[in-house]
Amino acid sequence: MNWKEFFKNLRTEEQGCVPDETKREFLKIGLIITGVAAGGSLLNVVSVVAEGLATSEELHKEYPYKPHYSMVFIVDRCINCQLCVEACRETNNVPEYGWRTKILERVDTKAVDQQSQFMPILCNHCNNPPCVRVCPTKATYKDKQTGIIKMTDFKCIGCKACMVSCPYDARYYNEEKRAVDKCDFCWESRLSKGMEIPACVEVCPTELRIFGDLSDPNSEVYKIVHQMGKAVWVLKPETGAKPNVFYTIG
Amino acid sequence: MEKKNNSSAEGIISKEEFTQNWLQFLKEFLSGSKGFYILLLLSGLIVLISTMFGVNAMYVGYSHVYGTYREIPWGILISGYVFFVVISTGLTIISSIGHVFGVKSLIPIGKRSVYLSIVTLFTGFMVIFFDIENPFRMAIWNVLSPNLTSNIWWMGTLYSISLIFLTFEFLLILLRKYRYAMIFGLLTLISKVLAISNLGAVFGMLYGRDFWYGPFIPIYLVASAISSGCTAIIFFTYLGYRIRNERFDKPMELALHVVGKLWALSLAILIFMVFWNIMTGLVGSEAQRLAIREWIFGKYAANFWFFEIFLGLITPFFLLFVSKFRNFNQMFAASLLSFIGIFFMRVDVVVIGQIVSHFFEYKVTDFPVILTYKPTLHEIMIIIGACAFCIFSFLIGEKVFKGHHTEIH
Repeated sequence: MNWKEFFKNLRTEEQGCVPDETKREFLKIGLIITGVAAGGSLLNVVSVVAEGLATSEELHKEYPYKPHYSMVFIVDRCINCQLCVEACRETNNVPEYGWRTKILERVDTKAVDQQSQFMPILCNHCNNPPCVRVCPTKATYKDKQTGIIKMTDFKCIGCKACMVSCPYDARYYNEEKRAVDKCDFCWESRLSKGMEIPACVEVCPTELRIFGDLSDPNSEVYKIVHQMGKAVWVLKPETGAKPNVFYTIG
Repeated sequence: MEKKNNSSAEGIISKEEFTQNWLQFLKEFLSGSKGFYILLLLSGLIVLISTMFGVNAMYVGYSHVYGTYREIPWGILISGYVFFVVISTGLTIISSIGHVFGVKSLIPIGKRSVYLSIVTLFTGFMVIFFDIENPFRMAIWNVLSPNLTSNIWWMGTLYSISLIFLTFEFLLILLRKYRYAMIFGLLTLISKVLAISNLGAVFGMLYGRDFWYGPFIPIYLVASAISSGCTAIIFFTYLGYRIRNERFDKPMELALHVVGKLWALSLAILIFMVFWNIMTGLVGSEAQRLAIREWIFGKYAANFWFFEIFLGLITPFFLLFVSKFRNFNQMFAASLLSFIGIFFMRVDVVVIGQIVSHFFEYKVTDFPVILTYKPTLHEIMIIIGACAFCIFSFLIGEKVFKGHHTEIH
């Protein structure tokens, strides 16, 4: 490479040469971060939605699954009534010692005004699921059509590698099933039987759980995840698991 | 034709000869010292008792009797598995320097190492048998539904294959077919090194677990295997000769001298690896720092400083130099202490990786930032039983294979 080429290459790094698309992308991330700041009550959750999805292109253009099932939590609506947890227990025969969904309580005594917030969790049905990679017998797998992480119970050897690998603590060993159990967005108990939403979504009195097809522009989840006014984030984006469960405030 | 008849006639042992052989074998087996039989009986008894604990755990359900739970699903049984299979791999690596790559000075330790490698690998499998919830399903679905992206699948498959290779290798050594034994020795070595690096990757490739994530553990386990292998060779060779009331001959003295030096080198390498693992971890992500701080300053500080560093690394290193690699009593003491230290290294590498709560950064009140794990009596008994099984099999091996004497070939 001669000097002329070297300087020419340098010039392409200047701001003037950045394509419009990249600029728009950058601006959007900036707006989302501003949204986080405006949200105020968020403690140290600063991740942005673009990091949560498989790639930033997938956010705008294509989704790997159809329907691409996803859930959004409008967290500040949660009153910790536990109805979702109970409905899940009943619908999916979840034993006392386990859970598929749980409501965590976050407390920050140094926060201004509001010092606690409830945070529901469940399986994030990641696009890059660590649990699926580690399972030696393909007992857990990502459904090719819906993206739901499912279990084939009879293949589970109970090595618990999936439990160790899950960044969201979403799995437990079910003694009755003799297999690891987890949220499947009520696929087995409801969706496969023609119902449209999981039990936890149906019973929530404050409608904080929003479920739907992230690839459908008419769905509510699509509208929430793709708006710019309010921050939307995912849990633990740094793990690279690329979850499909999003959080926002009302 | 005539030749064939002759050879087949040679192969047939008459009934009397067979009975005589057995009687001789039995007589020889019963000719050991009192101490030998007491040790054999004691280890056998411990194996029996701990098997009862294991079977009981299986019957009532692991979650009721083990200290593991949803957030910390892997406890000291996984550590025990790692402990034994790493020793097995180490024995293979060190002994193959002699009987595969032809370094003559290490040939005398070969036969015992191959035998003990089978024993420790089998012990590892037994320990994991009492940890995996559905071990019988594993045998079926590992074959019918393999997941090639899973390190556990690779590790399990490679270790199973290596157990077959090892058994062939040992049988061929017994039959004095050294050329073929060498080929199987090489196959064992390759499959085991691949298996152990996959075992490391079981932890190293978990991108949600900062303490484990990265290439460190696969490399560390290979380095650690070399050290564990040397430890086991010195420990068991010394004991073997003690039990048989024999004195080391010159070639064996030289072999142990070489193993001692290799061990010192591997300990030095390990000390460096541990040091830089800690140093880099202390400036890593918050989860990593929390785990490392708990390890070296928190509840696990005794495990780290006393067992891992003092017993496992520094004291053996120091003792080796004091012994000048020639005082075998001191070298044996070093190996005994190191074994204890190594076990704690395995406990820590497995447990510390899980102690930081999944949601610590969200300040949740549902889980403490640092989770606790305490092994239960059942888990401890299974580990003690596994150690006793190794001792038991070692004793039987010394007797049956008459001190594993190898002629230099």
